[in-house]
Amino acid sequence: MSKQREKAERGTVKKVLHLLRPYRVLVALSILCSAVIVALTLYVPVLIGRTIDLIIGPGQVDMPGILRLLLRIGWIVAVTATVQWVVNTINNRITYQVVRDVRDTAFRHLQVLPLRYIDAHPVGGVVSRIIADVDQFADGLLMGFTQLFTGAVTILGTLVFMISIRPSIAAVVVLLTPLSFVVARFIATHTYSYFKLQSETRGEQTAFIDEMLGGQKVVKAFGQEKECIERFDEINSRLAKCSLKAIFYSSLTNPCTRFVNNVVYAGVALSGALLCVATAGAAVPFTVGSLSALLSYANQYTKPFNEISGVVTELQNALACASRVFKLIAEPAQIPDDEDARILKTAEGTVELQDVAFSYTQDRKLIEDLNLQVHPGQRVAIVGPTGCGKTTLINLLMRFYDVDRGSISVEGTDIRHITRRSLRANYGMVLQETWLKAGTVRENLIMGKPDATDDEITAAAKAAHAHGFIKRLPQGYDTVIGEDGGSLSQGQKQLLCIARIMLCLPPMLILDEATSSIDTRTEIRIQQAFDAMMAGRTTFVVAHRLSTIREADVILVMRDGHIVEMGNHEELLKKDGFYAKLYNSQFAA
Amino acid sequence: MKKLLVYLREYRRESILGPLFKLLEASFELIVPLVVAAIIDRGIGNADRGYIVRMCLVLVALGLIGLVCSVTAQYFAAKASVGFVKKLRHVLYEHIQGFSYQTLDNIGISTLITRMTSDMNQVQTGLNLTLRLLLRSPFVVFGAMIMAFTVDARAALWFVAAIPILSIVVFGIMLVSIPLYKKVQGQLDRVLGKTRENLTGVRVIRAFGKEDAEIADFESNNESLTAMQKHVGRISALMNPITYVIINLAILFLIRTGALRVEAGIITQGAVVALYNYMSQILVELIKLANLIINITKSIACGKRIQAVLDIPAGEKVNEELPSGDASFRVEFRGAGLRYAGAGGEALSGVDLRVRPGETVGVIGGTGSGKSTLVQMIPRFYEATEGQVLVNGRDVRSYAPEDLRRRIGVVPQKAMLFKGTIRENLLWGNAAAADEELLHAAALAQAEDVLAAKGGLDGKIEQNGRNLSGGQRQRLTIARALVRKPEILILDDSSSALDFATDAALRRALRSLDGNPTVFIVSQRTSSIQHADQIVVLDEGTVAGIGTHDELLKNCSVYREIYDSQFRKEGAQA
Repeated sequence: MSKQREKAERGTVKKVLHLLRPYRVLVALSILCSAVIVALTLYVPVLIGRTIDLIIGPGQVDMPGILRLLLRIGWIVAVTATVQWVVNTINNRITYQVVRDVRDTAFRHLQVLPLRYIDAHPVGGVVSRIIADVDQFADGLLMGFTQLFTGAVTILGTLVFMISIRPSIAAVVVLLTPLSFVVARFIATHTYSYFKLQSETRGEQTAFIDEMLGGQKVVKAFGQEKECIERFDEINSRLAKCSLKAIFYSSLTNPCTRFVNNVVYAGVALSGALLCVATAGAAVPFTVGSLSALLSYANQYTKPFNEISGVVTELQNALACASRVFKLIAEPAQIPDDEDARILKTAEGTVELQDVAFSYTQDRKLIEDLNLQVHPGQRVAIVGPTGCGKTTLINLLMRFYDVDRGSISVEGTDIRHITRRSLRANYGMVLQETWLKAGTVRENLIMGKPDATDDEITAAAKAAHAHGFIKRLPQGYDTVIGEDGGSLSQGQKQLLCIARIMLCLPPMLILDEATSSIDTRTEIRIQQAFDAMMAGRTTFVVAHRLSTIREADVILVMRDGHIVEMGNHEELLKKDGFYAKLYNSQFAA
Repeated sequence: MKKLLVYLREYRRESILGPLFKLLEASFELIVPLVVAAIIDRGIGNADRGYIVRMCLVLVALGLIGLVCSVTAQYFAAKASVGFVKKLRHVLYEHIQGFSYQTLDNIGISTLITRMTSDMNQVQTGLNLTLRLLLRSPFVVFGAMIMAFTVDARAALWFVAAIPILSIVVFGIMLVSIPLYKKVQGQLDRVLGKTRENLTGVRVIRAFGKEDAEIADFESNNESLTAMQKHVGRISALMNPITYVIINLAILFLIRTGALRVEAGIITQGAVVALYNYMSQILVELIKLANLIINITKSIACGKRIQAVLDIPAGEKVNEELPSGDASFRVEFRGAGLRYAGAGGEALSGVDLRVRPGETVGVIGGTGSGKSTLVQMIPRFYEATEGQVLVNGRDVRSYAPEDLRRRIGVVPQKAMLFKGTIRENLLWGNAAAADEELLHAAALAQAEDVLAAKGGLDGKIEQNGRNLSGGQRQRLTIARALVRKPEILILDDSSSALDFATDAALRRALRSLDGNPTVFIVSQRTSSIQHADQIVVLDEGTVAGIGTHDELLKNCSVYREIYDSQFRKEGAQA
């Protein structure tokens, strides 16, 4: 289990290193500079120690020597600070650019992910991978790497300096440091379970809040406020209990390791001071200056150990986030278009479905043995109860999904041998779920025809009866509408979607409940424009309103994925089958 | 912010003891350089081995006392911050329960969710850190300065010089970078919005073949995010090097002064080491303090967001002095109208309507004509801003809200179900209902097949009912309202996801309800309401006509237009 995890982690690390490749010069520079900083910061205490050795007592102060040393320290400090700023800047640059690269890659990949994936995954989840996870990854991983590296160099460097000053005292430090590890490790393993419990409980609470606040109006309508507060409080107290434990135990790490540091510090002071006394008259005495240098090293030496224990958790977290992003990027893309795929110019409108079978999940069959021949200019209406497969058919026509068996062809070519883009460009689609992008009204209207003139835009908007309300918007056609249509009503959004299609007028149309949010009076008013648009164009219409359906050339009556009846309105009524039942239910009361 | 701190009162003891113990720990830390100085001057100076050993034991003892103090402090800080946020979450959630629909609309649910979750977590972290560190860092900085004065006043003047400069640098960089960080956050929101939009609009984007344009747009947004991040990064990258330089310059001057003072015989070599150590301690603390302040700034911002929600008045006032009416009408509208807060015009105005028990009222009209507004005024989800709405002869505002809503079964436009079993969801209608009653209600709501498919009353419903189709959800929400056996049943366009056959069966079932309820049906389809006892036709917020189907066909042009739009040919034939 943990071996598998290790293996997965190693795979992620490899991918991260791959991401860093374009910045390898910067990375090398960063590492080099860090090493320089560590060396210089460590050298300063040595020099200060030497200076202090020149201050022994009254009459025993070598002032020129002190000034010389102080000047040297000044230079070193200046260089260190400059290099430090450079390193910080380089690290920022690497981090933010890697993050940008990852986001770009992920977003590009989104454009080729099959709809099957996008439909099956909540939007919030995918967004949080690209935004929050990538942020976490940036913070943790790259910061982690730099801290880990400088930490390790600092430890090594201090050791070298300490040994060079006095190997015996260095030995005291080396012997005492593992204590710090043991303590940190002990605490980490014991807090892990509390942290896990905390994040689970927190997740439970968030889910509760999300659901219950989302349905707050219903809660009020049914007077369930008290019950909800009770349920909330129950989760809330459980969360408080495990949070307290998690926070308290994890906050022990710092005091405990600091105590170990203090012990190390005392150990150095003791052995150092005793050595001073013992070597007082010797040829190479151990001076007070050396002791002060060693003491400051003892402090610096143990600090990275504390930091590293913190960094390791950060790193693991970052790797977990990175692997989630990588998983998204590694999701198989849709099958690419054939190399010699046909580019469909302007289709006349022949569509043929042969023995088509399709289902979203293997255990639930949906469409089976669907056969249909549509001639240019025909209007095909699809009716049936909810969940019978109407929208699915549109998914297949647009090749948002590929058929499991059988084939769909346009102008005699299997659509799998036509480029997706040219296939889709031949359909004008208006869906029940209106979607507008954040941008101006104009930008939204010209999606299908970027080079449209103002006159064309206005004409299309007028035909869709959208011109009136667009004019009343604060900046008319240049009004910026927010994410997903912002403050526009559902009906207005739908009118814009219709105008969008009326502007580019592709040779075939797919209208899925295209007027569901428009009140019936307005609908009648735009019907004329609709009729003009549909004239001569192969059209697939999904509608609840039987008035829309009645005029179709072919009505497909679907039920449980099958076409149970097919024909025009009169024929189907005569048949007195499922369609007749549906139709009559509108009047039966 | 101040108002929030009221909830800390319960943890007053912990919030005082926590920082106190932390200060105690810091004081012991400040003694360490003095002990080291003593070791150098007396221990090494007099070659007194016993003294050295004793003093080193003192160092260990100081460490041990420090450990005990700081563990105690951490415990109190954790207890106070967790307890405080627990209380705060409860208070906020309870407060939200009292919000009216109007308030909920104004605030928006998603921001309430982030305030209940991530803002709360940030406040908890911030408070915890504050209790632990806020007093400690300045204490160590100024403590180190004061200790330096006890060692040598002259040399200590360098501390007096260094500390203000350091503060200016630290706070200056923060002041400059905080607004920049906010801008970065804003741009990140845009990148997030772009990603969201791309996913929600995937069908349209691919239908128009706009993938490349989307990529270009995303990348330019992403690029400017990166540029902003690098810009602010360059500024905050100055913090460490500059503070490092200032502290070390101070050390250099300190040593020079120290050297002169030693030369003059005023202080000892050990004292110089002690002064040097104090200056180093300041450096460490400053870095901690800077991180802390960033954290606290964020927490205060989050705390303010929470406070803002708590400041919004909640609860519905009951006013028993409002004029009453004829109790033989179940529902009466008297010149009632409503203007939503912040809206330009009335959503609904001048509605006069009287409904007797057992009657069915149809409400029809175009998008935005005020249909939902009309029915939502009956359970006082929205309050009339003109005129009156009466139930059983009493103004709805004179009822206790629970008492009023107990009489009314509502099926909202958006079919909302909650995680749990089907039984638990249906019991919302009436907690005391027996299983037979639940099953009966489900049968009336044409939801028997939903129960059959999901495993009966014990069938599991996932969050927001996402394991059910729109039509299934809708029928269960109808059943939930029927379980209540309400005096007034409101169906707010709640059969839109049902096909005509099911819709018709449902309407037949609704006519056979026991208890003689008054039923309001909001719909866009004339077929759903044409058999109602009264039909209210709304047009852009005003009543265009009230009457039966036949009456309206004769004398209400709006109704006729709606009807014709749905039954064109039949209308012409008839």
